[in-house]
Amino acid sequence: MLMSAITEGEPAPAPASPPPAPEPRRMAAPAPSRLAERLRQGVALVFPPVLMLGLCLAVWQVVANNNPGGLPAPLTIWSDSRELILHPFFDRGGVDKGLFWHAMTSLSRVGVGFSLAAVAGVALGVLVGSSRFAHRGLDPIFQVLRTVPPLAWLPISLAMFKQAQPSALFVIFITAIWPIMINTAVGVRNIPQDYVNVSRVMRLSPLEYFFKILLPAATPYIFTGLRIGVGMSWLAIVASEMLLGGVGVGFFIWDQYNASRISDIVVALVWVGLVGFALDRMVALLGHIVSRGTASN
Amino acid sequence: MAKAYLSIEDVGVTFTRGKAVSEVLRGVDLKVEKGEFVSIIGHSGCGKSTLLNVVAGLLPVSTGAVILDRQAIEQPGPDRAVVFQNHSLLPWLTAYENVRLAVDKVFAGHKTRAERHAWTLHNLELVQMTPAKDKKPAEISGGMKQRVGIARALAMEPKVLLLDEPFGALDALTRASLQDGIMEIHARLANTVLMITHDVDEAVLLSDRIVMMTNGPAASVGGIVEVGLPRPRRRIEVDSHPAYLGARHRVIEFLHAGHAAARVAA
Repeated sequence: MLMSAITEGEPAPAPASPPPAPEPRRMAAPAPSRLAERLRQGVALVFPPVLMLGLCLAVWQVVANNNPGGLPAPLTIWSDSRELILHPFFDRGGVDKGLFWHAMTSLSRVGVGFSLAAVAGVALGVLVGSSRFAHRGLDPIFQVLRTVPPLAWLPISLAMFKQAQPSALFVIFITAIWPIMINTAVGVRNIPQDYVNVSRVMRLSPLEYFFKILLPAATPYIFTGLRIGVGMSWLAIVASEMLLGGVGVGFFIWDQYNASRISDIVVALVWVGLVGFALDRMVALLGHIVSRGTASN
Repeated sequence: MAKAYLSIEDVGVTFTRGKAVSEVLRGVDLKVEKGEFVSIIGHSGCGKSTLLNVVAGLLPVSTGAVILDRQAIEQPGPDRAVVFQNHSLLPWLTAYENVRLAVDKVFAGHKTRAERHAWTLHNLELVQMTPAKDKKPAEISGGMKQRVGIARALAMEPKVLLLDEPFGALDALTRASLQDGIMEIHARLANTVLMITHDVDEAVLLSDRIVMMTNGPAASVGGIVEVGLPRPRRRIEVDSHPAYLGARHRVIEFLHAGHAAARVAA
């Protein structure tokens, strides 16, 4: 009924493509003015964030200058950690690496743990979403487990695996799986009855129904879960690396804290933020491509 | 007497939800001949959509049976393709792909790939959707979506085409153009059609017979009006034809009486 309400106001069959732009005007408008228009739009997009960033840094600088011994000011960080900022790719062996390599180590852990969580989460979500028995049986368990903070899993996982690497992967896995699974289940349960009726009229087999109706219909929900999951994985990996040691952004931050290099920590935090943002956008983009535009960005 | 092509025999439908039992249909009898266009009209909530879903096989009967071409209906199938009220196109597929999905499924063993491609295009052509065949449902208007829905149903070559208030959500102009389209297709292909509607003019214009449902609960057939209008019918010419006016009057009279009765009862 919602669909019908939306379509009601739409016009009768319209020409498939908009009428071609009037040629003479395009001729009259020379290329430079179009370039200027593009430039103007670009500036309108870039200017506000740059301005706000500058303002924040300025306030930070003033506050930090008036409180010596606290958080270093932006200019202090620049002079203290210039090498770290400008050379993210150096590698002098051991844990003495550029931030890029630390981030890559953390990312590879997230990649493995998150991939496992995605596969298991989608599979379990489809099960919980399509079987009423599985839903009633498993949902209460999952609802309790998902509220356990990621780091609370770390001691148990260390006790199980005895090593840092698999423990870190397990923490990522157990953190990311809940949102993926719960969102997938919601997506599967919310498949409109109309699609089910269509598949019944066409007599799709269960396998065909799974691939042609269920998965595409649930895809926007699945990617919502994946986005939340990848964000939480990134939160969890940085925190667990602080405790596990070795290589990785989390370890780097803790290491610099022990060495009292607060400026380096701030630089690492910026890296953590940027990488987390990039991860989120990547999953969103993937969702947009896979769902053929039906998942929101 | 020879069996009708589609025969709805003493059909009753009762829904049970917990302790609440509601009888929607009771003792519905209807015979439809091959090639006939039959409309079912009635007040909202009278169970006409339930009746269509029973014929589609989407709902089980509680009593009675539905027999199509000498076979009892037990489950949904492409021989009773449905055009749903809200088009029910799959939003991640283009118009072409929506029709092709049905074609691929129904003609998997009977047509080659090229034939299925041609058949899909042919049916999109029937509803004049060829220019927009590569558009997604979200990119086309409500009327165009419904055209694709009709193409998908026609492509399954159903024995009986089921239309569930197919134009209810459209504006008057779009609706008129789709009604003309349906009449044209019916004239060309001689489909057997069962259509649910609440629009009296639509029913009279399109149908050979109009089945009027009594008000629920436990609705049944209250009367049948034969529309004695010659075909082909043209909207402009028929609306002053005595047969048109007569049929229209009888349907409105029936609906009005039912409405008044319902008001007294309430």
